[in-house]
Amino acid sequence: MPHSRIDLPYTRYLDPEGRPLGPLPDWVEDSTHVVGLYRAMQRTRLFDQKVIALQRTGRIGTYASSLGQEAVGAAIGTLLRADDVFLPYYRDSAAQLLRGVSMTEMLFYWGGDERGSRFQAPQAHADFPLCVPIATQALHACGVATAFKIRGEARVALVTCGDGATSKGDFLEALNVAGTWQLPVVFVVNNNQWAISVPRRIQCGAPTLAQKAIGGGFPGEQVDGNDAIAVVERLRLAIDRARHGKGPTVLECITYRLCDHTTADDATRYRSAEEVNQAWQEEPIKRLQKFLVERGWWDEKREQALVADCQAELQQAIDAYEATPAQDPQEVFEHLYASWPAALAEQREQFAERIARREGGADHE
Amino acid sequence: MNDKKYTLLEAVNLALHRAMHEDDDVVVLGEDIGVNGGVFRATLGLRDAFGFKRVIDTPLAENMIAGLSIGMAAQGLKPVMEIQFLGFIYPAMDQLVCHAARLRNRTRGRLACPLVVRSPMGAGIRAPEHHSEAVEALFAHIPGLRVVIPSSPARAYGLLLAAIDDPDPVIFLEPTRLYRMNPQPLEDDGRRLPLDSCFTLREGSDLTLVSWGASVHETLQAAAMLAERGISAEVIDVASIKPLDLDTLEASVRKTGRCVIVHEAPKTCGVGAEIAASLYERALLDLHAPIQRVTAPDIPPPLYRLEPYYLPDAGDILAACDAVLNYA
Repeated sequence: MPHSRIDLPYTRYLDPEGRPLGPLPDWVEDSTHVVGLYRAMQRTRLFDQKVIALQRTGRIGTYASSLGQEAVGAAIGTLLRADDVFLPYYRDSAAQLLRGVSMTEMLFYWGGDERGSRFQAPQAHADFPLCVPIATQALHACGVATAFKIRGEARVALVTCGDGATSKGDFLEALNVAGTWQLPVVFVVNNNQWAISVPRRIQCGAPTLAQKAIGGGFPGEQVDGNDAIAVVERLRLAIDRARHGKGPTVLECITYRLCDHTTADDATRYRSAEEVNQAWQEEPIKRLQKFLVERGWWDEKREQALVADCQAELQQAIDAYEATPAQDPQEVFEHLYASWPAALAEQREQFAERIARREGGADHE
Repeated sequence: MNDKKYTLLEAVNLALHRAMHEDDDVVVLGEDIGVNGGVFRATLGLRDAFGFKRVIDTPLAENMIAGLSIGMAAQGLKPVMEIQFLGFIYPAMDQLVCHAARLRNRTRGRLACPLVVRSPMGAGIRAPEHHSEAVEALFAHIPGLRVVIPSSPARAYGLLLAAIDDPDPVIFLEPTRLYRMNPQPLEDDGRRLPLDSCFTLREGSDLTLVSWGASVHETLQAAAMLAERGISAEVIDVASIKPLDLDTLEASVRKTGRCVIVHEAPKTCGVGAEIAASLYERALLDLHAPIQRVTAPDIPPPLYRLEPYYLPDAGDILAACDAVLNYA
């Protein structure tokens, strides 16, 4: 990390061995809360591993893993209220699972089926689908927050992005308008050090990404993104400020992308095994697990039960995914417009003929 | 019926007042649209009538305005966003193409984007560089968008109300050259005009003239001049550029057998090409002559001294009509 001349807060409660570095926030005394965080993180990692295996065997398409980012997503997912709105990027499995997006829906999405973004869970009903064009979602979050503000609703929009996204105009334009209007929005930057092959140090000349908030006229801060307790504590306060009319925050979570960018990437082309091995020493799940074990809140038996539960849930989700037939090809016309324009009816008819021709052709083989 | 005559600009303003009055979810946002009432005054009076929460002066960033509007629309508001001139819309393309046009589809109808993008378009008002673009074809190419261009006060009023009602994103382009031309009586009755429909402005039997936006003005002039020569031209204002009402165009061309398409946008891949191709697909054997296009050349709008040469005028249209009428 380059030395920062701007003195921004950096928060860490646990060292990599899960040992408290000082007094902990009060809520940490509630074991169910902390164990819940751990469960969510482990559930995400097991989901991740399974999805990658499915991709490797051709059962789903390209997938962007959340390996090493679980603490950030778990914090978001546990802190947002049901009527808040979450605007994810594409490395947000942890938060999406906690928002009630089902594993089956997530498999649909990465398995090439739009139904994966239909989100049946009530609390995810106004959430945005994960966003692929980098940083564009930051502006949607400001629009959602503007709607809350116009209506006088105590709701919060929370948007995530990676370190690379902070280089884009959309991100900076979002900070500008969020600060100008003091919008109820929280920007969570998952600084995992790599934007595909481009490392943080050549992404941006500023010592921190959080300090971009200063240009927007509101607070930015850094947090150890591998320390779930630190992320929850700082994010809790940021969400609280947003909810009570005190404006936006940028929370830069320092993590490491332990995985390839996606299953289509090979990170060994641009970074060393030594660096990755070093990063594994900091990873979030082992750290929180050690903390829980030390407190007597977790043990091998509970771990085995959690893994067994998650595996069963996963298998059910995969079965449901694989048992669901593809959408009828004519469904491609169903949701582009609220109703397909009569003026374009001919295209629909021609598409139907295409389908009939191909299906007819198959019969002759 | 009151006697007051309205310009196209006043008709836009009237429709905005009406829409905001009818539906609290309608919000208007853009650069200089609030206190100042818009650089053309299209949003004049809205701030006083509906307040700063619904008439929002934004920071100066077109892409931001579009992205913000998408977020608001997903929350059930009906943003009517202004891009001050069409030549400044390019930064917003990413948001409009990747998100506004696709949000409903990619969520299988869970989220929608009932958004209207208003923007002044076109050349002919001696404006500075980058203030005279006519790039409707860029948007017509994008699945999920609608593109509407009015050519009279009444159509501006009825089509804008319909665009705001529409549950999907509509690009609504207002020809600056017509903003203050030819005021017409207008009843503020809230009546919507249909999207996806052409308007036949003049019936005729010898040839079909197809146009939209500001060029409709010169097209009607040409039709009047043809009438003096005893030639009966049908004039169709396309109005809805996407989706195109091809049925109306086809029926007219089947009747007349001859067609000239007029637009002020550059020729290559202009909407005229789409219309011509579609008419060939549907009515080739009814055509007595190749379809002619009268357009701007493939150059950027020149600075204003040469602007009159850039825009097709009635004489250019007549020349194309002669070519079509005299073909073999």
